[in-house]
Amino acid sequence: MPETEPVVQFENVQKSYDGEILVVKDFNLDVAAGEFVTMLGPSGSGKTTCLMMLAGFEPVTNGNINLKGKPINNVPPHKRGIGMVFQNYALFPHMTVAENLAFPLEVRKIGKSEREEKVKQILDMVQLGGFGNRRPMQLSGGQQQRVAVARSLIFDPDLVLMDEPLGALDKNLREQMQYEIKHLHENLGLTVIYVTHDQTEALTMSNRIAVFDDGIVQQCSTPEILYERPENAFVANFIGENNRLMGTVEAINGDQVTVKTDSGDIVVATKINVNSVGDRATLSLRPERIFVSPTKGRTPNTYSAKVEELIYHGDHIRTRFSVCGHDDFIVKIPNSIDNVSLQEGKQVNIGWMPEDCLALDG
Amino acid sequence: MSNTSTINSQGPLLTNDGVPLKESLRKSLRRTKIRSFLLILVPLLFVLLLFVTPIAQLLSRSVDDIKINEAFPLTFAQYEVWEDKSILPSEEMFAAVINDIRITHKIENSEGRNIGKNLLGRSGTRMTYEYSGWRSLLLKTVKEAIKVDKKSKEEIKPYKWDAPYKERMIKRDKRWGKVEFWQSLGAMKDPYTMGYYLNAVDLRYDANKNIIQKVEYLRVYKTIWMRTLQVSLMVTIFCLILAYPVSYLLATLPMRISNILMICVLMPFWTSLLVRIVAWMIMLQQHGVINDTLVTILPCFEGMVNLPFFGATNIDLCFGDEDRIPMMYNFTGTIIVMTQILLPFMILPIYSVMRGIPPSYMKAAQNLGATPTWAFIRVYMPQSVPGIGAGCILVFIVAIGYYITPELVGGKDGLMIGNFVAREMQQTLNWGLAAAMGTMLLFAVLALYWVYDKFIGIDNLKMG
Ligand SMILES: Nc1ncnc2c1ncn2[C@@H]1O[C@H](COP(=O)(O)OP(=O)(O)OP(=O)(O)O)[C@@H](O)[C@H]1O
Ligand SMILES: [Mg+2]
Repeated sequence: MPETEPVVQFENVQKSYDGEILVVKDFNLDVAAGEFVTMLGPSGSGKTTCLMMLAGFEPVTNGNINLKGKPINNVPPHKRGIGMVFQNYALFPHMTVAENLAFPLEVRKIGKSEREEKVKQILDMVQLGGFGNRRPMQLSGGQQQRVAVARSLIFDPDLVLMDEPLGALDKNLREQMQYEIKHLHENLGLTVIYVTHDQTEALTMSNRIAVFDDGIVQQCSTPEILYERPENAFVANFIGENNRLMGTVEAINGDQVTVKTDSGDIVVATKINVNSVGDRATLSLRPERIFVSPTKGRTPNTYSAKVEELIYHGDHIRTRFSVCGHDDFIVKIPNSIDNVSLQEGKQVNIGWMPEDCLALDG
Repeated sequence: MSNTSTINSQGPLLTNDGVPLKESLRKSLRRTKIRSFLLILVPLLFVLLLFVTPIAQLLSRSVDDIKINEAFPLTFAQYEVWEDKSILPSEEMFAAVINDIRITHKIENSEGRNIGKNLLGRSGTRMTYEYSGWRSLLLKTVKEAIKVDKKSKEEIKPYKWDAPYKERMIKRDKRWGKVEFWQSLGAMKDPYTMGYYLNAVDLRYDANKNIIQKVEYLRVYKTIWMRTLQVSLMVTIFCLILAYPVSYLLATLPMRISNILMICVLMPFWTSLLVRIVAWMIMLQQHGVINDTLVTILPCFEGMVNLPFFGATNIDLCFGDEDRIPMMYNFTGTIIVMTQILLPFMILPIYSVMRGIPPSYMKAAQNLGATPTWAFIRVYMPQSVPGIGAGCILVFIVAIGYYITPELVGGKDGLMIGNFVAREMQQTLNWGLAAAMGTMLLFAVLALYWVYDKFIGIDNLKMG
């Protein structure tokens, strides 16, 4: 990404509604032009609050928000020129789809013919050509969502905010809309800040994801890094599926640490954010990175495990083991010919590589 | 799929048993229908008894003219054959009046009690509505007509008066010689009459049953109707102007504050109407709180001043005793007090609609570039229209039939049609006219409802 000035810059932003609790604590984020940044986090972590501050509907308690280099703390919402898709779409029920779309052009005093031209163009873009004369209530959820997106784009904003725009849709439609939004982003070169608490959605759509918790950005990086190299236990746990073993650091050896789990087993892991011997550590292991019955010597970490449960998932078999004093250890075993011999109650060896086992804060 | 749900191009849809689908659906619905009908039976009877019956009574009473036709059948029969209605009728008609009196006078009810005398009295009252003087004339004549010759030896004693009557009657009372009395019978000869309705709008029948204007000094109701409309409209508009911002505050302020505001709005509902009116009287009188305050606090300045553009001007800023504003016992009083009393009827529906408008609409509008004012006008206001409609209809309907406030604070030029309905009911006892006015009010309200439905749609009405 070229090193140009960021479109949006949050600088040490803090927000409190009641003067007692900081809903957003020291929020920093730069969004470059053309980026698709997602804010991901559990409910109540302050995602909507951040968007509302950016759109101008909530005052910033402390800190600065810059839009294209200029502080906007004192700019009223209608002068910010930021497109926004609201969680419930907020399509005006007393206007037709076309009137809804023409509204931002109308307030910008754009002539009637140009207005109609643009409305038609954008309706075609979101594949709703014949729906201009309908009321929002006469559209399906997915169609309303597309109108909402079209309305936020029609006045060519520099930045589009989307607050859980797909929250109300069913799974299939949701996936389809994810692609459509993604394509719009790519084709029009939009800068998008997107809010969701669906991690799959975040992973598939974004250039970068800011993982929120407790009013703080826990980690902000690309989907791959978030998944492969989470910086702390919260992120590891929140993004993707994850087995956790608790233990104490025994030795630190460069990149690697030796951890003694609470059950007494010794595990070699990659050091991420443990600092000294004797610290509590959480070992994070992805279920798809575990070998079942590995050939001897292949994995430095090999343990005897008991098969507790097999769940058939078609392409893979989810297997629950008890290992290292942990009876909820999930392994995803590909449904291939060599792996069909597992039976519940059997004892097998399982193992993993040190680089797949991350030692995080306890 | 079974054939119950596939659409068969030949013939109607059948269920698995071969019964037409529609019929089997109807059967299955019948029991639920019967049950739900039984459930509403009691309220239905209640409504019929307490709502439909009185309205039916009202309607029939407003056109009913049967009684007088029962009392004077011969007279009205003679009226039909009276040719030149500009001159006095012939002896037969005079005789018919006397005969009717003598027959009616003796009518008894099933228990043997005489009801004829009462019937004659009421007929007199009815006739007076058409031409004043009828009642006294009739009662006077009744007294003469039924006198019998006590000295007579016969079994059935003959009447003192006998034919020819024309001369005798005119001699007894000159009014029998006035053709107008006879002409006015024309308005009463049918068992049903529109006379009360005509009366209510300052019209009447002439001798040939044509509709004409009443004489100048008897025309009172038209102004009252106009004033009723005017007061209702003004009260509705003032209520709307006052209620809209209040409702907006109620709907948008934080719960804690809006609850307090709501209590203030509802407070009048918990206070007796009379107490509120009396409170207003204390405020608005000639020597009431407002006038007293104005007299005391307004500065008194009088004298010549040199103004920049007008030059030397004589300025009189004194607000003395003679300047006290008349705000009570007149039109103004009615408007002020009714607006205050009906305000909650406007606030509540508007508030309930506004509360249902999510704040995200205003945010979205501003986000799209509209100033807060424009967002309010284009996005918020149109969505509050159902509440405005409901509030206006409610206030207007209640206002149009209002009675107690104008009665107490309306003085002379603040009276409304409701006060006249009450007057006809209680003082002049012209129930037919009262019924006609009531019916007209009812139809005015229905017409309003219809117009609303036509232009805004009754489904959009939200009462709260
Ligand atoms: N208007 C408000 N007044 C007071 N507190 C608020 C207000 N809006 C949000 N909060 C609080 O701020 C915190 C963050 O809320 P926010 O809406 O930003 O969460 P979110 O991350 O968007 O959650 P979700 O995923 O459920 O939408 C919550 O604890 C919430 O209770
Ligand atoms: Mg939210």
